[in-house]
Amino acid sequence: MSNKVSTATKAPASAKVPSRKSNAALRVLRAALRTWRGRIGAGIALFVLAIVFLGPLSPASPTDFAAAPFSDSSVEGAGLLGTDVLGRGVLDRVLHGGLNLMLLAFAATVVAVGSGAIIGVIAAYRRGFVENLLMRGVDMVLAIPQLVFALLLLSLVGPQWWLLILAVGLSQAPQTARVVYGAAQSVTEKDFVKAVAVWGVPTRLILARHVLPNLTTPLMVELGLRLSYSIVLIAGLSFLGFGAPPPSPDWGVMVNENRIGLASNAWGVLAPALLLALLAVGTNTFADAIARANLGENRGEEAVLNASISATSKGSK
Amino acid sequence: MTEISQPAPVQTRLRVEGLGVVLGRSNIPVVQDVSFSVGAAQVMGLVGESGSGKSTVALSLLNYARRGLKITDGSVFIDRTNVLDLSGTALRKARGTLVSYVPQDPTSGLNPALTLGYQLGEAMRIHDEGQATEPIDERVAALLEEVRLPATRELLNSYPHQVSGGQAQRLAIAMAFACRPRLVVLDEPTTGLDVTTQRHILETIRRLSTSHDVSAVYVSHDLPVVAEIADNVAVMYAGRLVEHASAPAIFNTPRHQYTAGLLKAAPTPERAGALVGIPGRPPRPGQWPKGCAFADRCAAATTICRETIPVLATADPGHVHRCYHPVQPTATTQEVPTSGTVPLPPPSARKGALEVGGLSAWYGSKPTLHDVRFTVEAGSCLGVVGESGSGKTTLARCLAGLHSAWEGLVSFDGQLLDPQVRRRRAQERRRIQYIFQNPHASLNPRLSVGENVEEPLRFFERLSYADRRKKVLETLEIVALGGDLADRMPEQLSGGERQRVAVARALIVDPELLICDEITSALDVSVQALVIEQLRELQYQRGLSMVFITHNVAVVRSIAQDIMVLKRGQVVETGPVEQVLTEPQDAYTRQLMHDLPRFSDSVVAK
Repeated sequence: MSNKVSTATKAPASAKVPSRKSNAALRVLRAALRTWRGRIGAGIALFVLAIVFLGPLSPASPTDFAAAPFSDSSVEGAGLLGTDVLGRGVLDRVLHGGLNLMLLAFAATVVAVGSGAIIGVIAAYRRGFVENLLMRGVDMVLAIPQLVFALLLLSLVGPQWWLLILAVGLSQAPQTARVVYGAAQSVTEKDFVKAVAVWGVPTRLILARHVLPNLTTPLMVELGLRLSYSIVLIAGLSFLGFGAPPPSPDWGVMVNENRIGLASNAWGVLAPALLLALLAVGTNTFADAIARANLGENRGEEAVLNASISATSKGSK
Repeated sequence: MTEISQPAPVQTRLRVEGLGVVLGRSNIPVVQDVSFSVGAAQVMGLVGESGSGKSTVALSLLNYARRGLKITDGSVFIDRTNVLDLSGTALRKARGTLVSYVPQDPTSGLNPALTLGYQLGEAMRIHDEGQATEPIDERVAALLEEVRLPATRELLNSYPHQVSGGQAQRLAIAMAFACRPRLVVLDEPTTGLDVTTQRHILETIRRLSTSHDVSAVYVSHDLPVVAEIADNVAVMYAGRLVEHASAPAIFNTPRHQYTAGLLKAAPTPERAGALVGIPGRPPRPGQWPKGCAFADRCAAATTICRETIPVLATADPGHVHRCYHPVQPTATTQEVPTSGTVPLPPPSARKGALEVGGLSAWYGSKPTLHDVRFTVEAGSCLGVVGESGSGKTTLARCLAGLHSAWEGLVSFDGQLLDPQVRRRRAQERRRIQYIFQNPHASLNPRLSVGENVEEPLRFFERLSYADRRKKVLETLEIVALGGDLADRMPEQLSGGERQRVAVARALIVDPELLICDEITSALDVSVQALVIEQLRELQYQRGLSMVFITHNVAVVRSIAQDIMVLKRGQVVETGPVEQVLTEPQDAYTRQLMHDLPRFSDSVVAK
C-alpha cells in the first residue's frame, strides 16, 4: 500500500465553472422572463399593479360628487369614464379602489401558501398517522367550495378585514397543501434528508433548512396561482357585501353597486371588472411561464447532457 | 477516415464508419469519427465510462438518437443496408428484424400493462405479416426455451412486475432475438443483477448469438464482464474511439494509456490489494480540448498530445489505438501491487469495536434480516456482500438507526445502541457516520459544498463561523479536494468529487465507525479506485472501524480485512477476506466466487 493519502489528487479546478451560489429560483424566474408568455404575463400584471399602487396618489377624491349619476364621459365634470350610481367619478374610484383589495389579496396569499406549505411538508415528512390526519383534513376542506367556506366563516363573525384574509387564505390552503405534499414527497425521500436525520437534527430544522428550500419553484408557481384566485375571491366577497364598507371605493363593491346602471354608463362595471380580469390573467400567465421554465430546466439541452453523463451505472439495489 | 483492419477472418456483419452525433441545438459534438466493424456471430464490447458516448453510439446503430441529440455524420452498414439511410416504415421494419435492442433496465423495456406472453408474441405478429408457418404460441414457447425460461401459462399470463429482474432481462433478450435480427445491441443488460444471474445472462447471449448467427454489440462500463463475453473490444473516451482490438489483446496488452489505466482501476477477484485510479474527470461535450481528450489525466502526456488529436494508429494487425505514447506490450496490467491483505491500523490508533448479536429486522411484516451476528474489530473493516434483496442495506440502516424495526443487541465500544437514532445519545450519533450510495442524492443541492460539509458540525459542536470554515477546508483537504471547491454547488461537481464531499461530511465530526452503503456503485471504475484507496488510507491513519457494504465482491478485497456474506437476510459465511475468497466453505459463497466475471476468462475462453 502506498503511504501517501493522495494517489487521489486534487480535482482539477475546472476554472471555467464560476464558483457561484446558484439560485435555482432566480434562474427559473429569469428563464420565465425570457419567454413571451412570461413577458406578457408580467407586463399585464405590472400594468394593473401600477394602477393599484400609483392610483391612490391621484389628487381627486373618490367620494366627492362629480356629476349626475350614471352620466357618461360627454357630461361636463363626469371624468373620462363617467359617473357611478351616486354620481362619483368612475375613474377616480377605479384609481383608489384597487389598493385595499390588493393588500388583502397579498395577505391572504401569504396565509394560503404559508399554511398550505407547512401542512404539505409535514405530511410528506412524517408519514403514517400524522400524514393521514393532515391530508384527510385537507380533503375535507377541499370538498367545500372555496366561496362557500369563506362565506361560512364571514357570516359567523361578520365582515372583519382580518377575518377576510383568514377566510380567503384558509379556504385555499388545502390546494397548496396538496401541491406541496406531492412535490415534497420526492424530496423527503432523498438521501440528503436521511443523512441529516442520522445526526438527530430536530424535524423542524430538517424541514426548514433541507426540505423547503428545495421546493422554491413549486412554491413560486403556487404564489402566483393563489394570488390570482385570492383577488377574484376577495372581489367576489366584496361584491356580496363582505368587503369594504360602502363609501370607500373598492372594485368588487363597484361592480355590485353600478350594475343597475349598466345600460347608461357601462364603465362603472366594466372598468373594475376588466382590471380584475386582467390582473388574474396576468398573474396566472406568469405563474404558468414559471412552471414551464422549470420544466424546460429539466428538459433542456444542459439537462440532456447531464442525464446522459450521470445515467450509467445505477448500481444494484 | 481511418481504415480498420478486421482482427479475425470472419465475414463483416456491422460496419460503422465516421459516425458523428451532435447536440441538436448547439451542434456541439457528443460522438465524433467513430468507426469499427463486427464480424458475423461475434460479440463486440463497447467500453467507456459515463459520458463517453458509448450509449449514444449504441443507439445510433438503430438510427435512434436521444432527445436533444442528432446523428449528423457517417454510415452504419448492417450487411448491405445503411441503417442511417432508412426512415419511416423501412426503419421501423429494420428495428427488430435487422437490428434489435436490449435496454439496461429490463423492466423499463417491458410494458407494465401487458402480459409477458402478449409482448413476446407482439414483435413476431408485427414483423412477419402472416408468413409464419407455426402458430405464435409455439414460437413463443420455443423462444422461452432458448433463454431457459419455462413456457408455462403462469409465466405467460404474468405481468412484468411479477417476475424477477433476471427473468425480465431474459425475456427482453428473448424478444430481441425473436425475429432473428442480424445484430443485437445490448446496453448494460446486466447492471443491477447479481453475479449468478449475470453469468446466466451472459451465457445466454453468447449461446444465442452463436446458434442463430447474430452479431452483438455489448455496451458496458464493467470491464470483467466485457472480458467474459466479448470477442473484440472498443474503448471510448470523450466521444471518440481510443482503442479497438481483440479482447485478449485489450486485456493483456492494452496500448492506449486510458485503457491501461482503466484496467488498473478495475477490481477483479484474482488480484488483491491496491487499486490505481485515474485522477481528474473526462471533459464534457463542448469542453473537449484541442488535442487528445485524455491528456489532462494522463501521466505520459506531452506537448503534442495537447496540440493535436492522435489519429488511429495500428499497433498490431487488428489492434488500433489513438495514442502518441502507447503503452509498451511488456508492461502488463498485472504489475499492480498484489499484497495479500489490507493492513490493520496500529493498535494505539484503533477506535471502537462494533458487536452485533442476534439482529433480526422487518420491513413492514416481512422479515429481511434473521439472527445476524458479527463483530467488527476495533480499527478494522468488514466487507458485507450479498446480492440485491439480501438485506445488506437494511443492515446498514439498522446500525445507523434509520430503520428502527429490529430487535437484537448492537453495541458499539461496549455501549448498547437504541434502534431509533432520535433516542441515541448525541455522542453516539457523532461517532457513527453513514455514507450513502448515491452522491447525487446525498448532498443538499441548495447548499454549497462547504455548507453541506459543515452541516453536521452545527449539531455536534458549537463553533464560530470562522472555526467551522477552517475545519471544512481542512477536511476537504483530507479527502484531496481543493478548498476552492467549498463555495461551489454540488451540481457543479462530478460524481467522484461529490462522493468525496460526502466522505468529508462524515469525517468532519471525527467519527469512529463509518457505515458505507454501496458508496462506489454509482461511480466509474477509475473514480471508484480513487475513493476506495482514499478510504483505505483514512482507515489506516485514523484507526476507523468500518462496515463496507457492496454487491461487488472484488472491491472487498481492496478495502476490508474481514468479509461477511449475506443471503436472504442470513449470514452464510464470515471470516478473513483472503480465506473466504480463496477457500470458500459455504456452497453459496463458492457459487458466488465461481460466477464472478474475471479478466483471465477472456484469454482462456477464446
